[in-house]
Amino acid sequence: MTDQTLPLEKSAPIKPKLSRDDWVMRIFVLGIGLWLVVTILMPLYAMLSKAVQNKDGVFIGLQNFTEYFSTPALFNSISNSFFIAGISTVLTISLASVFAFILCRSTIPGKAVFKGIALLPLLAPSILPGISFVYLFGQQGVLKFVLGDYSIYGPIGVVMGEVFYTFPHALMILIAAFSIADARLFEAAVVLRTSRIRTFFTVTLPGIKYGLISAIFVVFTLVITDFGIPKVIGGQYNVLATDIYRQVIGQQNFEMGAVVSVVLLFPAFLAFAVDRFVQRKQVAMLTARAVPYEPKPHAVLNRIFFIYCCLIGIMIVGIIGMAAYASFVTFWPYNMALSLNNYDFDLMDGGGWDAFYNSLEMAAYVAVFGTTIIFTGAYMVEKSKGFKFMRGLIQFFCMIPMAVPGMVLGLAYIFFFNHPDNPLGIIYGTLPILVIVTIAHFYTVSHLTAMTALKQMDPEFETVSASLKVPFVRTFLKVTVPVCLPAILDISIYLFVNAMTTVSAVIFLYSSDTSLASIAALNMDDAGDVAPAAAMCMVIVATSASVRVLHALLTRGIARKSQAWRAR
Amino acid sequence: MNDPKSAARENVYLKVRDLKKNFGSFTALRDISLDVFEGEFICFLGPSGCGKTTLLRAIAGLDIQTSGSIFQDGKDISALPASERDFGIVFQSYALFPNLSVIDNVGYGLVNLRSKKEEVAKRVSELLALVGLEDQGNKFPAQLSGGQQQRVALSRALAMSPGLLLLDEPLSALDAKVRVHLRHEMKELQRRLGVTTIMVTHDQEEALTMADRIVVMNDGVIEQVGTPEEIYREPLSPFVAEFVGTMNFLNAQKGSNGEIMLGDHAISLTEQEKQKLNGNKILACVRPEDIAVRNVDQETANSFDVKVIELEFLGSFCRATLSYGSDESQINADFSINLVRDKNIEVGASIRVALPEASIHIFSQG
Repeated sequence: MTDQTLPLEKSAPIKPKLSRDDWVMRIFVLGIGLWLVVTILMPLYAMLSKAVQNKDGVFIGLQNFTEYFSTPALFNSISNSFFIAGISTVLTISLASVFAFILCRSTIPGKAVFKGIALLPLLAPSILPGISFVYLFGQQGVLKFVLGDYSIYGPIGVVMGEVFYTFPHALMILIAAFSIADARLFEAAVVLRTSRIRTFFTVTLPGIKYGLISAIFVVFTLVITDFGIPKVIGGQYNVLATDIYRQVIGQQNFEMGAVVSVVLLFPAFLAFAVDRFVQRKQVAMLTARAVPYEPKPHAVLNRIFFIYCCLIGIMIVGIIGMAAYASFVTFWPYNMALSLNNYDFDLMDGGGWDAFYNSLEMAAYVAVFGTTIIFTGAYMVEKSKGFKFMRGLIQFFCMIPMAVPGMVLGLAYIFFFNHPDNPLGIIYGTLPILVIVTIAHFYTVSHLTAMTALKQMDPEFETVSASLKVPFVRTFLKVTVPVCLPAILDISIYLFVNAMTTVSAVIFLYSSDTSLASIAALNMDDAGDVAPAAAMCMVIVATSASVRVLHALLTRGIARKSQAWRAR
Repeated sequence: MNDPKSAARENVYLKVRDLKKNFGSFTALRDISLDVFEGEFICFLGPSGCGKTTLLRAIAGLDIQTSGSIFQDGKDISALPASERDFGIVFQSYALFPNLSVIDNVGYGLVNLRSKKEEVAKRVSELLALVGLEDQGNKFPAQLSGGQQQRVALSRALAMSPGLLLLDEPLSALDAKVRVHLRHEMKELQRRLGVTTIMVTHDQEEALTMADRIVVMNDGVIEQVGTPEEIYREPLSPFVAEFVGTMNFLNAQKGSNGEIMLGDHAISLTEQEKQKLNGNKILACVRPEDIAVRNVDQETANSFDVKVIELEFLGSFCRATLSYGSDESQINADFSINLVRDKNIEVGASIRVALPEASIHIFSQG
């Protein structure tokens, strides 16, 4: 071996000089980090510390928890919550995996329509199925006979509502899992003369394993943290999320609210941790050489599949349709004439049409500012150089909101922003705090969407720009943003629709001037104005749907405009 | 082959001294020192993981070295970030901005200099003419062929008239034919512009045809620096001998009179190789194409009888596997189709071959 160099004494390590771009990026990274600390970590800390304090703010250790666990009325909710979440998860996953299987692996007609219908619940606030069930199965419900002696107010109604609400979430994950199937594996199975059933257990099931596990935990988390449905149709059946509400709003017992929040955080955090672990494995399964699976027609099965999809579709449309119909009925069940009386929100409690305008304004701000903050943040975390520890930390912060139930986040905001010593308290009770809490609540999914898009960008774009002496900001605006525009639009629509429909995080934070449409619906329902509540829900659905359509048109427009450079 | 000893070689343009790069506990570069002359075309050649790309990225300031220094045009750039160094770069992926037209891609850095619009347009069309893409300016990268994309990337890298052009496997994403064509064009362009160029490649053919000098790297160290002929003809280590071209490695013993014993056959060496004799065990290297068959008889120096074990048809020539000696050691030889026909070489035949003295290189193994 001929080494060209001679061994020399150790020379001093080089301290790389940072470029202006590096500094700017680091400042941005720190800015995002600070934002996440203020809007997520510090509120959560405030809440956690409240759980171990008494009413006067004195540290009392676990005394609150002892009290909680010695009050059966309170800790019974734990088993109720798990019971509801368990049953709903089993039902949703069973129904959704068959549905996803049919959409991905069969040749039935109208798949796009079925998929569209199945995703409709995403446009509605979670209280909508509750309201609809009142009209379908309530005391004067049109289908009351179906339930016989059982009451819809209680676990039955809650489970049904949760299945409706979580179905599209599970479906999206499962469709993604089914659609990464590698046709070559199925061909190999056929060539080896494997039976259909054995193929299902040896090829199909392992292929969707991670998606399935992920869907299970997502549904479980959604159910156990949901507040809207148990509030509307739960009757006397208490769950953790409604307990927080009762403790805080009903009894003004903030400390106990914090304790219940901590209890609720546990399963949510656990489910989140498992989900993250599983998703990391899923990535490794995708190989670039996989051949997409092309389903082949099967006459008998197709007929069964079609009927199944029709049934599910009818149920979803029926539930939304019932609420829509009820919202137009003048006075159920005495005056069934159709009118717009229920839409005269200004005559009811809850905030009237102003609440709707507030919602629109809030959702628009959330979409604009949220997308800007989240996408820029993701870009800086992904593309800045060095600074590893900080970036890893921020990446972790970005994941936290996923594990924090909306109710808990909302309560945490009360403790943090309503603290007399907090100068940020000026935003308490204003629209900005609603915007901020909503951005924080839906941060994780948006961040992950942005990351996925950014990771598909050539990592050398920034390098080339540096070699051409172009500041990264110009490349970010001229290249990154245009190329990622579809993902950016996806994030903004996701934020907008969720801001329109969310109840949980904002319920503790609105003031009389900043009531929101979804909260107005909840309050009207609470006051017995069920029909106007249904009407408000329909206004929300209509708004979300219009924005969705607008989004689809925009996306298509962009696709056409960018066809030239996206072509392969 | 061009003459590498041109006048430009006098000036050292890039000076690398004692460069070290660690990734955690892994050492990617150990004490690399290297001089690159002005106007020279240098290739970093080596297997994947040998550190060639790490060295290029250190020179560009993309992954700054752990220790050691780099001087460009007399200026210490060791710690400078990429944006404060003077280079143009072409990546394997080209990293063309997909949403910008060819013109906007090439003019990307020029616009930032606040030059006048007409000046930018003029410079861009000059650059496009340089790479033969005058009429493709309004297309988007996705509408171009791989070869055209590569040329756009090249003209973008040249747009700012950098003092140093860095090419990171610029041809490896292309089809074999396009690659051969482009490597000619790139070399031609580089010679015309006289820009000092460093190219990273794992393709020895690319390095041999394009480079003025080749830097062969392995395991984080430089194995040899030299002209393509030097690298091919005078490999300084078994690694270089094996990595560049095909090579027979024959186990031999030290004989008397400065000869080596290949089995029972005494093989003579050139005076230069004799100097390297040291120890008893010798590794003798001969290229398959250097093994002579024509005009070889019992009297020919370094000749011996072999048996043809296998003939592999490779188009323009045949690669023969030959065995010799009592232990049936094997040796590969490339025979032209003509030769095979004339000499009636076939599997099982016995022929006499010679190892020309000048084509034998030895490495002592102690």
